[in-house]
Amino acid sequence: MTEARDIALTVNGQPRRARVEVRTTLVDLLRDTFRLTGTHVGCEHGVCGACTVLVDGEAVRGCLLLAVQAEGRRVETVEGLAPDPAHLNALQAEFVRHHGVQCGFCTGGILMSLTAALRDNPRPREPEIRDTLAGHLCRCTGYQGMVDAVLALVASGAPAPGPDAGSAP
Amino acid sequence: MKPPRFDYHDPTTLAEALALLAGHGDAARVLAGGQSLMPMLNFRLARPGHVIDVNRLDALATLSPGPDAGLRIGALVRQRTLERSTLIRERCPLIAQAMPLVGHPQIRTRGTLGGSLAHADPAAELPAVMVALGARLTVQSARGPRTVPAESFFVAALTTALGRDELLTEIALPAWPARTGSSLQEVAIRRGDFALGGVAATLTLDAEGRVAGARIVCFGVGPCPVRAADAERSLVGGAPSVSGFAAAGQLASAGVDPDADIHASAAYRKRLVGVLTTRALAESLASLGERAA
Repeated sequence: MTEARDIALTVNGQPRRARVEVRTTLVDLLRDTFRLTGTHVGCEHGVCGACTVLVDGEAVRGCLLLAVQAEGRRVETVEGLAPDPAHLNALQAEFVRHHGVQCGFCTGGILMSLTAALRDNPRPREPEIRDTLAGHLCRCTGYQGMVDAVLALVASGAPAPGPDAGSAP
Repeated sequence: MKPPRFDYHDPTTLAEALALLAGHGDAARVLAGGQSLMPMLNFRLARPGHVIDVNRLDALATLSPGPDAGLRIGALVRQRTLERSTLIRERCPLIAQAMPLVGHPQIRTRGTLGGSLAHADPAAELPAVMVALGARLTVQSARGPRTVPAESFFVAALTTALGRDELLTEIALPAWPARTGSSLQEVAIRRGDFALGGVAATLTLDAEGRVAGARIVCFGVGPCPVRAADAERSLVGGAPSVSGFAAAGQLASAGVDPDADIHASAAYRKRLVGVLTTRALAESLASLGERAA
């Protein structure tokens, strides 16, 4: 009933608190309040995929979830992927190597969708990779570089993205 | 854009949710998976005074075997859960066939079965699937529960038999009949887009291998799912055959009156229904073989 609520959630493994207007979307909370601007806002109706983040390990549209609905949840964003500020994780590195990135607008959301998909299935075949990418719009790359990046990751035998930070051991 | 101001309610019991609907029904929208309502809020196409978030109603999120080998699916069960469920694959192959075509994986993680039905988009797969399956929908309000057959639940585009104070709570599916195959066929411009047109079909054979019954339901070609009753009847009693499936396709095509839009003409959609019906029947027959094997 209240206009604003206090919420507590975990973002990239860190406990966070905020006071949010109930109409605030999760992606706006991440960007405007927590200053995690790697998650982008594109279409705001769930089509483009730029705002995709993981909530309790599942890839979801950050623009289609209210921030108050993330109360008590584990949220992961693209900022949580790299092991430290100087290094990329294996998936990110393959994206760079295979020209899966051009302007970068779509990249954060795509990396998060692929992270969830690779945890589910660490050895996807090309059609499965394309099915995951189908939930995203990229106007630069033509997607082929991204497909190549994931196939190279699988072929390299590099460990798939680790279990999400908040999950039980 | 951003959602307009609203009062937000997140009840934890069904009774509480129904009381809120009784009090605010005219000015309230129910928020389930949010994959349709949230875009409408973001674009301010919907400006409800109250949003009643039902995501805490855990009792509506259960998927369980129903009596007599059927299924009971809580309205809040996520589409991704249906997609991954072995119970669904065993007891209702048509839902398993439809699921990969419903939006994208990133939509299905939040999207719910009940939400898709209550939203009633004319091009959505799940309403047609529920009509094809003869689902029975449980609807509750502070006045009490009632049951609505899927076939009379969809009234017009984005309009259902739900009253302003009512909540869709459960979908009951009958047992999958013996010797029954199924298929869902659609054409969309891009994978995951709403279909230009589609067909959900089931085909049941008798012990002699003749067609005992068929359900053919078209979507995206009218305001609601369209049952191709003439096509269904034309198959009964005969042996399943390529020519019989083609004739059924023509009858299904003749029975729809689709609109044109920027993506496809009415004539294209009408023809599409025929092609997809024939294809869905052939695939249903093929799936029957796979199931028996």
